[in-house]
Amino acid sequence: MKHVFGNKKAIVTFLLPALLIYLGVMVVPAVWSLFLAFMHGNPVRGFEFTGMKNVDRLFSDPQAGHALWFTLKYAIVISVGQIVLGYALALLYVFVLRKASTFVRTLVFFPVVVPTVAVALLFNRMFASSPQEGPVNALLGLVGLGGTDWFADGNKAFIVIVIMDLWRTMGFFAVLLYAGLIEIPEEIMESARLDGAGTWRLVRHIVLPLSMPVLLATVIFSLNASLKVFDSIVALNNGGPGYQTTPLNLLMFKTAFSFGDFGYGSTLALVITLVCLTVTLFVFRSSRRDLTKD
Amino acid sequence: MNLMMRTMPRRASVPIAFAAVTSLLLAGCSGGKDDAPAGGAKEFSVLVTTENTQTGKMFDDLKANQCSDAQKQLPYTLSQTPSSEMQSKVQLLGGQNALPVMYAGTQSLIAPKGDLQVSGQVLDLKETFQKLGVLDQVTPAAQSVIEQLYAGSFPTVPLQFNIEGIFYNKKIFADHNIAIPTTLGELTAAAAKLKAEGVTPFVASGKTGWTISRWLGAILYSELGPDALQKIKDKKAKLTDPQYVAAAQKLQELGKYFIDGITNLDYDTMNAQMLNGNAAMMYMGTWFLAAVNDPKQNKVGDNIGFFGVPGIKGYPANVGSPNAVNAKLYNDGVGSWLTCIAKNWGSESLKKQGTFSGFKVNTPVDSLPALTADIQKKIDNAPASVLWFEGLFTPKANNDSSANAAPLLTGAMSAKDFMTLIQSDLDAEA
Repeated sequence: MKHVFGNKKAIVTFLLPALLIYLGVMVVPAVWSLFLAFMHGNPVRGFEFTGMKNVDRLFSDPQAGHALWFTLKYAIVISVGQIVLGYALALLYVFVLRKASTFVRTLVFFPVVVPTVAVALLFNRMFASSPQEGPVNALLGLVGLGGTDWFADGNKAFIVIVIMDLWRTMGFFAVLLYAGLIEIPEEIMESARLDGAGTWRLVRHIVLPLSMPVLLATVIFSLNASLKVFDSIVALNNGGPGYQTTPLNLLMFKTAFSFGDFGYGSTLALVITLVCLTVTLFVFRSSRRDLTKD
Repeated sequence: MNLMMRTMPRRASVPIAFAAVTSLLLAGCSGGKDDAPAGGAKEFSVLVTTENTQTGKMFDDLKANQCSDAQKQLPYTLSQTPSSEMQSKVQLLGGQNALPVMYAGTQSLIAPKGDLQVSGQVLDLKETFQKLGVLDQVTPAAQSVIEQLYAGSFPTVPLQFNIEGIFYNKKIFADHNIAIPTTLGELTAAAAKLKAEGVTPFVASGKTGWTISRWLGAILYSELGPDALQKIKDKKAKLTDPQYVAAAQKLQELGKYFIDGITNLDYDTMNAQMLNGNAAMMYMGTWFLAAVNDPKQNKVGDNIGFFGVPGIKGYPANVGSPNAVNAKLYNDGVGSWLTCIAKNWGSESLKKQGTFSGFKVNTPVDSLPALTADIQKKIDNAPASVLWFEGLFTPKANNDSSANAAPLLTGAMSAKDFMTLIQSDLDAEA
């Protein structure tokens, strides 16, 4: 093996094809997009360099500001929800349901494999108020609260988005965390129990610290996926009403492809990249402290 | 290779390879600017939106019958793309000089000073029709709308001609003793009466927001006159001027008469509400006749009627989505097709689809459905036409108007905020 890695020709032969593909499909478009962020134009007219004009526009664009705020709000709420619910489900599988958890696990995991658009249509109908009242409004009417138009107001639409996306994804995070939990050696748990630890203390002092690495991976997964939210919101209400539930990704897509403004669209893409990078670095840094020192 | 590797300093080879690969990729991605085929089109290729099911059917029919000679010269082919992706597709094809012969462009791209116009990919159809001797086949109304919309130029084939107004359910009107309103006040009173008597007065689709924002155009024309929106285009007025905001406010006040849960209601459901007799009125263009004349969709039969928006002389009119012709592909074959379309599209469209086009009806069509015949008369007698609310807007303003129409109607967004947003879009593009 050492012989192969010592041979420069072998390195070039093995790495070059992969490197070329990576350059072609990842690096070149990314660099191209970075350049576009400082340009204005479209493929017909061509592009002209406009310096910091797009960046200036970004800071004075209330829609971009709102989209960034919405993206962060969504990412925090969804990530906390995914991890808390996922962890609670994983604990349920391991400690309460034990061997019988397969059926429940399958059931909770099921929405993960359903296409996002189908889930969005389902929720659209469930929360509908017109032309037919959906089950949610019917239920609210039944208990005397009265139905509401869930999609006419940004805050209510946000609630629907959160419920939908948590329902859709919690099964995945539960399985991820479940895989971490079953790795905890039974002997440690047993000895803690013999020492008189109750369920809460067991979770707090044994399960939580020992599942920290997988929990951290979950946090990164969850934050990065939720910062890049797109399809579920497009299919549910297309970021409406108005721009009230439009995340950065959707605003970028609309700007570049619906309004034909590729330059400013790329500037928005740059913002998304920076946000994801910052969050990932932040999580990594805090994790390094946690894992190496006790 | 071996020799090169030995002679070149290793460190230098990496950036050079990177640069070579990058330039190759970029060269591969960029299209040549002047590689349109010599001699023009080899086929009569047409690009329309996926939602447009009528144009394809019409061409299939024409190529087999009236246009079979043109078909022999230049075989017809059709491709379709969802309307939401049409603008980016047309831009990409335009950038690579690969646009088909007839394509559904975006208004701003094919208008004078529009990118495709500037790059010489839009045929001047007035001149072409004149040369082909068929300019008289275009109805004066359609020509006037096109010239209003495109600042005096003629870049689109008027495969459709629509007027817009209010479709209503005659039975509901009769059951509740309501006459066709002649002023906005009467319309509001009629809506209030219907609402009080348990009928949904208006239906529109929040997801397809223009079905709401067109009301705003109608109110503006009704209150401020037929040049209300041209003044915005010419910068003689702003949407944020008090009288314009007041019109938006008026629409918001009408909001309570629209169907409940309008925000997430889609276009098909909206049409179904009207055609099932669940709503009394709907603002729509005459392309809706295709659905009215389809017994599978229309459950109320002859009970659908049509009247113009009270207070407007004439009707908001349009020529459907743009169908530009690629100037770089023009040849005799394309000319034959255009001649055939100009001579036959009008009667065929009326006969087969029950819809109107911007071409004269050369073969009289017998036994038209009553409503279609009635609207035909209205079009023929209309004194003048105006554009619709977003007619002169930029793509961003168009989108914002559509996306925020439902919040405006439900009161989630104030009239002033709505108008400020659209005006800022218009200012940004200027």
